[in-house]
Amino acid sequence: MRTPLSSLTLLEPRTLSDALRFLQEGGPPAPLAGGTDIYVGLEFGLETRKRFLNLWELAELRGIRLRKGLLSLGALTTYTDLIRSPLVRKRLPILIEAARLVGGVQIQNRGTIGGNIANASPAGDTLPVLAVAEAIVVLRSLDGERMIPFNAFYTGYKKTAMRPDEIIASIEIPALPGRPWFRKVGTRAAQAISKVVMAAVVGEQPRIAIGSVAPTVVRCPRTEGVLASGGPLEEAELTLLEEIRPIDDLRSTAEYRGRVCVNLLRSCFANRRR
Amino acid sequence: MRFTLNGKRVSVEAPPMKRLLDVLREDFGLTGTKEGCGEGECGACTVLVNGEALCSCLTPLSHVAGRKVTTIEGVRDPLQGRFVAEGGAQCGICTPGMILMSLALGKSPSLQTAREGLAGNLCRCTGYTAILRSVARKRKERS
Repeated sequence: MRTPLSSLTLLEPRTLSDALRFLQEGGPPAPLAGGTDIYVGLEFGLETRKRFLNLWELAELRGIRLRKGLLSLGALTTYTDLIRSPLVRKRLPILIEAARLVGGVQIQNRGTIGGNIANASPAGDTLPVLAVAEAIVVLRSLDGERMIPFNAFYTGYKKTAMRPDEIIASIEIPALPGRPWFRKVGTRAAQAISKVVMAAVVGEQPRIAIGSVAPTVVRCPRTEGVLASGGPLEEAELTLLEEIRPIDDLRSTAEYRGRVCVNLLRSCFANRRR
Repeated sequence: MRFTLNGKRVSVEAPPMKRLLDVLREDFGLTGTKEGCGEGECGACTVLVNGEALCSCLTPLSHVAGRKVTTIEGVRDPLQGRFVAEGGAQCGICTPGMILMSLALGKSPSLQTAREGLAGNLCRCTGYTAILRSVARKRKERS
């Protein structure tokens, strides 16, 4: 049942420090950016929080820049901002590929990278990209700044290492050590939630991350190890099937997801140049 | 809460988390903006905010404060005539969203741009061919 929206409180901080102060209050409010996930939850009565913190107006959380050699994305960077950014195109083109496959343009204009991370869905389209890029999540609270490696950010299904008094301020992304690769498999090209979404880096130290095959997005270190040591692709495929934990759900079956992962691995690494 | 609606400055008293869609339909009586799915899949509720298309079913009223909102009621564009001429509108539920999204794609987009740009707008009548014919520039115009 739809949540009655008139019963909800929206706190409107003017600055980031105002926002962080609101988060200190008991039963801290839920951060709200573009609303593309929260409003779906409200529509279906799945979003039970009653107080929200409006981040959308906070300029301090916007902007795409290079900082100390890292690509730095403000948490409010929208998918459209990513798609339009020459810097992202140069540094991390697979993030643009992922952004272009999120919903339609209307969603790309409103959905944010910080929101995709905070929402913690195992199917989040940008998450495998951030995992292979070994991104760093920068959190802010009144206590200051805390940096968490993206690959340590999720602690379980829809669970993160964030404290309730923290918000995501930015995402910092180092340069990739090889050729990037990305592929999303869904029901149709546009507007589909992924059945399997995979990002990889092909090079001396191969990296593989897959979404929608486990409670969180996962890196596949054992498969990466097989490929790094020059092992045959067949061995890497078998290792990958041991390493992922796909489930049957309304979008797909575990068996299908396993097959797709193997096929994606093959199409990515069949012509690997080391 | 103040914003600009179809070129006019307006003020409304409504809860800040109320969906822009409901504010338009209930508080302003502008029922041209349609509700389809209520979850950002179908694009029927598309409006422009500062020229960018978004789903008004996923947007809190608060997020248009001080901004410019355009709904189908504020559109007078030759594109509407092309929807009529090409059969781009049938039952009409998707049409306002289709037109607003198309306007955000710029003047006479390529077929590819139109296809990708309208990926978030669903139509159950036309099979899309007539819509794309209405929106995308014709082959002969392409030179």
